[in-house]
Amino acid sequence: MNGAHDLGGTMGFGEVVPEVDEPVFHTDWERRAMAVTLAGAMLGRWTLDESRHVRENRPPATYLTSAYYRIWLDALESLLVAHGLVGADELADGRAHRPGDDGVTAVSPGTVTRVLARGAPTERRAEGTPAFAVGQAVRARNIHPGGHTRLPRYVRGHRGTVELVHGAHVLPDTNAHGGGENPEWLYTVRFAGTELWGEAADPSVEVSVDAWESYLEPA
Amino acid sequence: MDARVRALESILVDKGYVQREALDEIVEAYETRIGPHGGARVVARAWTDPDYAARLAADATSAVAELGLGGRQGEHMVAVFDDAGTHHLVVCTLCSCYPWAVLGIPPAWYKSSAYRARAVFEPRAVLADFGTVLPDDTRIRVWDSTAEIRYLVVPRRPAGTEGWDAERLAELVTRDAMIGVRLADEPAAVGARS
Repeated sequence: MNGAHDLGGTMGFGEVVPEVDEPVFHTDWERRAMAVTLAGAMLGRWTLDESRHVRENRPPATYLTSAYYRIWLDALESLLVAHGLVGADELADGRAHRPGDDGVTAVSPGTVTRVLARGAPTERRAEGTPAFAVGQAVRARNIHPGGHTRLPRYVRGHRGTVELVHGAHVLPDTNAHGGGENPEWLYTVRFAGTELWGEAADPSVEVSVDAWESYLEPA
Repeated sequence: MDARVRALESILVDKGYVQREALDEIVEAYETRIGPHGGARVVARAWTDPDYAARLAADATSAVAELGLGGRQGEHMVAVFDDAGTHHLVVCTLCSCYPWAVLGIPPAWYKSSAYRARAVFEPRAVLADFGTVLPDDTRIRVWDSTAEIRYLVVPRRPAGTEGWDAERLAELVTRDAMIGVRLADEPAAVGARS
């Protein structure tokens, strides 16, 4: 979707302001929001792609004015309700009114250690051969899907060069919406800054994005 | 926000979904064990061991695993190497994708709208915000992390470090250098910090 999260090339946000000796978390609620979000993901009821889409599928004004972990927390609550794990009444009251789903095994320190060490690899066994080869000219398709996508707006319609071929990876566009993994070849595609931003752009800049095969067409 | 997070935590614990100790384990992992010191070991090893650098260039996921690193948000790694004519910079314009396995949790500026918006449009100006000024003819390669591929910048080894071992060199490798917004620290910086 063309949401407010798709920020590449947007103007008006001002300077980047690094913080000297920034702590990992600024407040205790950030620390707990991060932990509870990761633990929620470890329940295995939704994918990373679905959780990304729920974070991004916000009214633009809300997305742009919400603190980072606030967006995470809003999304986690939405996911818990949507998947029937927590009732909206329980969230409203701030306490559990019913026992949990019997089918859920509690996330334990052992689960955490195992998941952090193993992660959730997205590479899948590749079927067939990739349509594009390293060095080949491709164009990012001019698509505007209403659902989740990982093709940023600023590259759409532009011509680039395949730089890396990563094997077949889970397609976020379907996986975010319960439509299955549908793995596709994943490429890194390099674009000249002048191709993306016009002739006035810095000629020494190039930008690469990772793009699934269905995001690309021969150029 | 504090009350809201506490309430949600209690709901999940009371419903039998999460053990409270699991939440403590997550916080402990990212506040102590997983952080930029891991990535610094990778870079310092690459600086001192050409065979390791070659393996890191060919298959960063495996090379990082050799040092006991990897897992969540580092399942598929790519290392990009700065040289005299090329400088690399990493951003995620769509969210905050970042190589947690080697750098830990991203800093607030990495997640900020300003960084995400500008890094692909005017990276030289973004670098200037960090005090990093490169020659005009240095090629800037921006890596927008839009899939589960996680990028680690291997900065150039600073001059004056001949004969240093990997452990000492790792002191020069900051988180910011491995994102690409700064260069590796000069040897004098280590003395200044200690």
